[in-house]
Amino acid sequence: MEQSMVQTQTARLLREPMSDVDIARNLKWRRMKNFMFSVVGLLTLLFAICTLLALFIDLAMTGVPRISAEFFTNFPSRFPEKAGILSAWVGSLAVMITTAVVAIPIGVAAGIYLEEYAPKNFFTKIIELNIINLAGVPSITFGLMALGLFVYKFKFGQSILTAGMTLGLLVLPIVIVTTREAIRTIPNSIREASFGLGASHWQTIQHHVLPYSSGGILTGVIISLSRAIGETAPLITIGALTFIAFLPTAPVSDVFPYVSFQWLHDAFTVMPIQMFNWVSRPQQEFHVNAAATGTVLLVMTLLMNGVAIYIRYRFRRRMKW
Amino acid sequence: MLKLSALLLFVWMSPALAQTVVVDGSSTVYPITEAVAEEFQKEFKGKYKVTVGTKGTGGGFKRFCRGETDVQNASRPILKLEFDACKETGIKFIELPIAYDATVVVVHPKNEWIKDITVEELKKIWEPSAQGKVTKWNQINPKWPDQPLKLFGAGSDSGTFDYFTEAIVGKAKSSRGDYTASEDDNTLVQGVSQEKNAIGYIPMAYYMGNTAKLKAVGIITKDKKGKVLPGVLPSRKTVEDGSYQPLARPLFIYISQKALNKPEVKEYASFFMKNVATLVPSVQYIPLPASAYEMATKNLNSAKLGTVFDGHSEVGLRIEDLLKKEAKH
Repeated sequence: MEQSMVQTQTARLLREPMSDVDIARNLKWRRMKNFMFSVVGLLTLLFAICTLLALFIDLAMTGVPRISAEFFTNFPSRFPEKAGILSAWVGSLAVMITTAVVAIPIGVAAGIYLEEYAPKNFFTKIIELNIINLAGVPSITFGLMALGLFVYKFKFGQSILTAGMTLGLLVLPIVIVTTREAIRTIPNSIREASFGLGASHWQTIQHHVLPYSSGGILTGVIISLSRAIGETAPLITIGALTFIAFLPTAPVSDVFPYVSFQWLHDAFTVMPIQMFNWVSRPQQEFHVNAAATGTVLLVMTLLMNGVAIYIRYRFRRRMKW
Repeated sequence: MLKLSALLLFVWMSPALAQTVVVDGSSTVYPITEAVAEEFQKEFKGKYKVTVGTKGTGGGFKRFCRGETDVQNASRPILKLEFDACKETGIKFIELPIAYDATVVVVHPKNEWIKDITVEELKKIWEPSAQGKVTKWNQINPKWPDQPLKLFGAGSDSGTFDYFTEAIVGKAKSSRGDYTASEDDNTLVQGVSQEKNAIGYIPMAYYMGNTAKLKAVGIITKDKKGKVLPGVLPSRKTVEDGSYQPLARPLFIYISQKALNKPEVKEYASFFMKNVATLVPSVQYIPLPASAYEMATKNLNSAKLGTVFDGHSEVGLRIEDLLKKEAKH
């Protein structure tokens, strides 16, 4: 009974197509839905951007008047107006360099291996899964691991070396994943052409795959470093210090062998830690210093991300296939 | 690659930091050490360096007893457990009181019903058995209004928490848990200044930085004969003369005896004691009486080892008596 009713309705619809008015109404409603979704999407986006902007403007309004040349060239001090972030930004820079030296070769090599050489089997799948998992591990866990392994087992001490290696491991998954993605964008025809001309696998990677994907890889490296620069928890765990009023040993000197790596062993502090210390002080003047440090840190992160976007844009334009 | 690893190996083999005084420990003592370290490095331009960490009193003692640091900042005396750890590794030390810190009981500035509070009333508020039961002001004192009680206090990792519970409840770390706890004292200042029915305790320096936002409550104690004394407000004077009790406590540094053989640590220790009396007030802490600094310097010069404490804080002890005491361990 019911079935036959449905059947007749369908039959009627097929027999009598929608009138123009019906079609117009239907279309209007669908366009309306389309418009509504775009409004909701825009509002969500605006909400996210406004929150970020409000935070940044609030921070900058307090912090920017405090930023001067002396703020970058003075050591921390008990006098808030004389205190600066010299040891903190030099420490951040030294740690970033070490992080890059640790993370880039290992990360890029691992990415190339997984994408170009690794057989597609169960074992590789496990490794891939682990890398993705590693990217989600809380950073404090890396700090605890580094404390046990680098500080106590390998006796690197609470040094720039330890910090650089810890953050290097922390950002390694990001470098590996972006390297793989960059390599994957290269069309297979390029590889085949190279093989066809008698190049070996490594020659193909060296002359074609790596140069073409270097834009994407570089972007990934910069984004991973901009994450590392704001990390605090693992560095506090491995024993980054709060008060340091001297710089690490200079990397170049006028006595043989002219280049010194002693700075890798030196104690250090970084900008987020200096900021944290100032925030927790009772005097309002120190809070202003903290806001200024925060502004510097945010601007640096924004700049790094900006450079990453620029590099990606340049490489995309140059590539034509 | 081989070259690189050879280079790295060479890097790892080279000697560790030279001529650096390594200090870690309490974040309460940190501002004083920061001031001393700043002046010390100015005095010995480039010859000696100082690094200061803020791992907390407990975390600092762990490093100190492993021999990783030369000087330990402590907002309370060494505990039995920590003492045993030091003994095991053979770390002997000199204990020096360097300044006073006071804990201040604070309320909202518009709170009109409270001016002073007795130690018993504070105990009624904070003891563990008050949890969930003492929730209104008039439950503590019938003269106070029938208003909800909003509590703010130090987090359990803080030295302030250890001392406050010891002084008020009678046992360290014994406290009710249903209150807004924070290791960051600025959070507590914000909390109390925005809640009319709030009462909380914070270190003196945080009260001094926010006198417009907070009102300090005087502490009423009894003398030895049981006579009730008038309420005492915290100030430099009342802390120094010992009348602000029991919430005033000494802060300490512990210097490793072995480290004292190094010239930089020896210089640092004597520089510390020479300048502490002027540097402590400059960072808004309360200095000890001059006689106490003299005695402490004497203890340093004669290398008086060990602690005078029995593994816990002694509440209400005068600093001169403390320094005269024979080391117990």
